[in-house]
Amino acid sequence: MPDLIAKSALAGHAAALTLGDTTLAEAPMTTITSIAPFPNKGKAVDAALKPLGLEFPAPNTASSKDGARLLWTGRQQAFLIGTAAPDMGDAAAVTDQSDGWVILTLSGPLARDTLARLVPLDLRDAAFPVGTTTRSGLNHMALILTRTGDAAYEIMTFRSMARTAWHELAEALETQAARLDQLA
Amino acid sequence: MRLTCPLCGERDRREFYYYGSDDYLNRPSEGAAPDAWDDYLHLRTNPAGITHDLWYHDMGCSSWLRVTRNTVTHEIHAVEAIAAPKASARGAAK
Repeated sequence: MPDLIAKSALAGHAAALTLGDTTLAEAPMTTITSIAPFPNKGKAVDAALKPLGLEFPAPNTASSKDGARLLWTGRQQAFLIGTAAPDMGDAAAVTDQSDGWVILTLSGPLARDTLARLVPLDLRDAAFPVGTTTRSGLNHMALILTRTGDAAYEIMTFRSMARTAWHELAEALETQAARLDQLA
Repeated sequence: MRLTCPLCGERDRREFYYYGSDDYLNRPSEGAAPDAWDDYLHLRTNPAGITHDLWYHDMGCSSWLRVTRNTVTHEIHAVEAIAAPKASARGAAK
């Protein structure tokens, strides 16, 4: 029997990068499942999610409980992360997306300004408070962006673009860090 | 240019894809006269003023949107979701 080992998108390609106390890293692999409710099945979806302590999130938000998270990822679609999907019956289309995405984390004082170079969103506190999850673009790449802390973000993009996303983010972080050096 | 997506909120133009006139929503019925198809496929007004067109939020929530805007002043008057005109605040259709 061949011994198949699950590898993260950037395994062996990118070690965590820290500049100006800000760290860009790849998050450990986890389970990602798309849950797309069928029309008029909202109640059935909520009932199926209840044992997990989750509810289907409103746009730009997420629901979380004990390490399981449900991120809003589009019109009538959310991604369940960190736990196996419950049986949704005929209430929703459920697809395994675990291998399709790369999850990066960016945290530290330069995180927001680094992202602002690549993402066309207002990332200030009033417009993008902690806990916000939204769809946007990381330059030309599809993006799911979550603000996980005061100066911490989770960046999801397609696995096929992982190295490009890393390159763009690392370059933006280097530029921000260079500005710090100029000011020092 | 910024559009206010009914689901996502106010977003930059880069997140959207432009499809054209909202005439595309009014597809002639099967067996309609050739004139109706000609009108549907090819004939467009080009108003100096209020116009209605279709946009797709491809870097966002994947909604098709009907945008009412003014080609002279560049004002955006309305952005409505096509699939769910009364989109509930929650993502799931109840």
